[in-house]
Amino acid sequence: MARISGIDLPREKRIEIGLTYIFGIGLPTAQKILARSGIDPNTRVKNLTEDDEKKLREAIDGQIKVEGDLRREVAGHIKRLTDIGCYRGLRHRRGLPVRGQRTKTNARTRKGPKKTVGAKKKATKK
Amino acid sequence: MGRSLKKGPFVADHLISKVEKMNSTREKRVIKTWSRASTIVPQMVGHTIGVHNGKTHVPVFVTENMVGHKLGEFSPTRLFKGHSGQEKSSVK
Repeated sequence: MARISGIDLPREKRIEIGLTYIFGIGLPTAQKILARSGIDPNTRVKNLTEDDEKKLREAIDGQIKVEGDLRREVAGHIKRLTDIGCYRGLRHRRGLPVRGQRTKTNARTRKGPKKTVGAKKKATKK
Repeated sequence: MGRSLKKGPFVADHLISKVEKMNSTREKRVIKTWSRASTIVPQMVGHTIGVHNGKTHVPVFVTENMVGHKLGEFSPTRLFKGHSGQEKSSVK
């Protein structure tokens, strides 16, 4: 059972892909870790030896910020922006796009599902 | 692209000279400025700066965390009170 940084890796996937299930590790980082610890990226997670797992754990712990620590760091950055009351902080507070994107249309990732307002005129007319 | 380090952060001359003067006399007064593009530098910490938003000077009390941001970031230029008939959201 490959358990790294509190996450169970999917057993059937290649380790290169499996590592990306950890928050904070994408494909490039996963490849770098594997190259550094000398593990073939094509081995399946279930075929990893105990030794390999140990190597991976060493390569990740203390060197790469992952999961809870990383989430906390990101939340801290956002908190700083909202606390000082700058423009970016205000946008975070309101749940609107922060980097100057248009909001007349789109921006649904930040705003969430559409909430229709108004559009009741016809019923009141009759 | 970022600004060349050689030049240092941009601060309007008229603004920084006023801040320095207040620092040397230990005075505390609101400085009005139109220079929204000026970077907040450590000398300004503890002062209140009235940053123009196109209409009025919004008083901004500068704290340590704000260093490195621009003055304009703390003085919103748009006022959106919500659409008519829409329930007020409690976010502020």
